[in-house]
Amino acid sequence: MAKSKPRVKVPKKAKAGEVITIKTLISHTMESGQRKGKDGKPIPRKIINTFTCEFNGQKVFETNLEPAISANPYFEFNMKVPESGTFVFTWVDDDGSVYTKEEEISVE
Amino acid sequence: MELTRREALLVAAGGAVAVMAGAIGLPAFAAEGEAQKLIDEFTGGATPESGKISLSAPEIAENGNTVPVGFEIDSPMTADDHIETVMLLAPANPRPGVATFHFTALSGKAAASTRMRLAKTQDLVAVAKTSKGAFYMDTKPVKVTIGGCGG
Repeated sequence: MAKSKPRVKVPKKAKAGEVITIKTLISHTMESGQRKGKDGKPIPRKIINTFTCEFNGQKVFETNLEPAISANPYFEFNMKVPESGTFVFTWVDDDGSVYTKEEEISVE
Repeated sequence: MELTRREALLVAAGGAVAVMAGAIGLPAFAAEGEAQKLIDEFTGGATPESGKISLSAPEIAENGNTVPVGFEIDSPMTADDHIETVMLLAPANPRPGVATFHFTALSGKAAASTRMRLAKTQDLVAVAKTSKGAFYMDTKPVKVTIGGCGG
């Protein structure tokens, strides 16, 4: 399978206390475990099961995903930025792989 | 007893209908019961209030493989009064759970959107839990033209 590539959109700058919108996307087949292959056997489930967003080590947003989430899981959510810092986005795969991406923001 | 061709066909058709009812009809009802069970587990038996939360999804989804869905909840999102968890359900999917979202006071606004799979036309359900232990719920009907769960 193609390697999962995370993509994140975070504003570069914000005012203190401003509510910003964060958009994330990761390429992943999100195999639901419901489909059957050509041999008639079910294709085993393989999905991203957890997504988290941390800011300066503090958790901001977390999602537990089920197979009902579409391929290439997309999330849009908000955050109130108190200060400049670093976002760490983490996706956890069923097979144990972890994909991360970091993004900086500067607060004026 | 010997079957005529006509009788044999009738028996076969009757059997097929019975098999289809068993394979398609019953598990769907079971899944809806499962969704109610998930809601009860989530709220601990409390009855969620309507209002405050608004769930958004298209009225008609042409392709059940990617249906954009989002929600927004009216909450101050302060350290002692914020939305903690939101559970999204699709009761008529083979497995009703869709996703569980966890928010913190840092979130600023209790809103999120994603894209999901829908097996068939149904009412989506979102249940939210506040840090004070109150529950809000909203449902939204979505018509699905082509289901998106494979199989």
